[in-house]
Amino acid sequence: MPFKIVASQCTNCTACEALCPNQAISEAGNTFVIDPALCTECIGHFDDPQCVAICPVDDTCVIDRSLPRYAP
Amino acid sequence: MTETSFDDLNDAQDADGVVDIADVMQKMAEHKGCGTSSDGGKASCGSSAGPADMPAEIWEKVKNHPCYSEEAHHHYARMHVAVAPACNIQCNYCNRKYDCANESRPGVVSERLTPEQASKKVLAVASTIPQMTVLGIAGPGDPLANPAKTFETFRLISEVAPDIKLCLSTNGLALPDWVDEIAKYKVDHVTITINMVDPEIGQHIYPWVFWENKRLQGYEAAKILTERQLLGLEMLTERGILAKINSVMIPGINDKHLVEVNKAVKSRGAFLHNIMPLISAPEHGTVFGLNGQRGPTAQELKALQDECEGDMNMMRHCRQCRADAVGLLGEDRSEEFTTDKIMAMEVEYDAEGRKAYQQAVEAERQAKVAAKASELDGLEAAGDIKMLVAVATKGHGVINEHFGHAKEFQIYELSSGGAKFVGHRRVDLYCQGGYGEDEGLETIIRAINDCHAVFVAKIGGCPKADLTKAGIEPVDAYAHEYIEQSALVWFKDYLAKVASGELVHEARGDAAIRQGALLQKAG
Repeated sequence: MPFKIVASQCTNCTACEALCPNQAISEAGNTFVIDPALCTECIGHFDDPQCVAICPVDDTCVIDRSLPRYAP
Repeated sequence: MTETSFDDLNDAQDADGVVDIADVMQKMAEHKGCGTSSDGGKASCGSSAGPADMPAEIWEKVKNHPCYSEEAHHHYARMHVAVAPACNIQCNYCNRKYDCANESRPGVVSERLTPEQASKKVLAVASTIPQMTVLGIAGPGDPLANPAKTFETFRLISEVAPDIKLCLSTNGLALPDWVDEIAKYKVDHVTITINMVDPEIGQHIYPWVFWENKRLQGYEAAKILTERQLLGLEMLTERGILAKINSVMIPGINDKHLVEVNKAVKSRGAFLHNIMPLISAPEHGTVFGLNGQRGPTAQELKALQDECEGDMNMMRHCRQCRADAVGLLGEDRSEEFTTDKIMAMEVEYDAEGRKAYQQAVEAERQAKVAAKASELDGLEAAGDIKMLVAVATKGHGVINEHFGHAKEFQIYELSSGGAKFVGHRRVDLYCQGGYGEDEGLETIIRAINDCHAVFVAKIGGCPKADLTKAGIEPVDAYAHEYIEQSALVWFKDYLAKVASGELVHEARGDAAIRQGALLQKAG
């Protein structure tokens, strides 16, 4: 399951965009979005998902349970 | 070491070009930014020192910098460009979802600029406000968590407006990685926010830091942060870059500890220490706001600043301004320079015109210093009497604001030593909406309740009567005259009345640091 950004919580701070090892994050209007096709949950890159670790607002970068898990 | 004119620092460099850090620290500490005054007191360029009180090369660096020289802040303006939205730590006094109340990082509420937009904005402001001499990057996140945007902005501005001084304000976590880049762009002033040097205390201020691709929490997070901050400060000092330390005073958490912080940063060559009151209210949505953590009173803040001043320069004129502020400290003209407006502006950078204007400001400044010096005789009658007075001013060191229009009051301490700037108090506009007039006046009285008098250019009959009743003398006899000179003339008159028995000198009470005023633009 890839991560997604809860748009109503996002402050547009851009911090996650630069840290994503897959360039899966981009700006879209008043929020940032994660491309589920590119997100690997940081598996194989880092111990912690980077967008979750840097986000200044809790529960903003969350697992998107509507999608299947990422398979390496 | 790049572009440093510090002879002392060159002395500390051996034939191989290697800098002896201990030697540099010692020399910087001896400087304390400003040298010492002849009576054995400590340096005071954070308050009012002039060229006679400090090494010439440091005076050159600070004389036009409103944040590094109290004297300059009456005359010169600064602007911040909000090009750095990302942050790499979390502070309990900051809520990025709305705003950072303490360092006025505007988070989501103001515009984010690209480096190109920022450069255009600087040109537009510099053309409109010739006394704008300093460009700072202070957020809304941390400039060094956005290094590409921060340094590209500095590069563009140094190309189009080379006379503008560049500075940045950081939490210090990434600072050691970027000191050489900072030196390369000739950024000669850096502010580091250091709230603790003990991780036991730090863990109550910082819930987490992002370090080496992990979110660290608690003691571990604060330990990394303090190590990086102090290392960064030492590296700045080695390179002759002036460092100011900001500390947020949080009663019950780091208030007593800030004396230790003061010693730690002084020994590492910090030029100026700025202890700011915690701004904390539930509506900020910060951890401290929500858990009821209070900020200090005016008296608590001043007592701590006075205690640390024995050791080094204390800054008392900080306005905790926003990351997109424009203008003199205490004013904010950012509304005149929104992205839409600046992109539509035709601007021509008039370097010569700016220089001429700044020369006129210098002449005005010197006249003010001379006027103050002329009133220093005869103050010995003060004995142990010390008192605070409030002043309504729009800048230039002159009493030139109407009581009802003042957004803040500057506070001066009068004593046998003269008139000394010791702070400012923000107040909501008394004349403008939102509050009933009576409530507005009460707010002002609470904010300057520790003052014996308030100096204004003009004041109406009703507030005059209410102030007098509250024990604060309204003084409008010195409209459009120099602040310090006028305050000293009034003080000597007061002392004469005390001597003749016409007046009995009594101490005043404490005052409140207003929590709401900074929110004016944040909504």
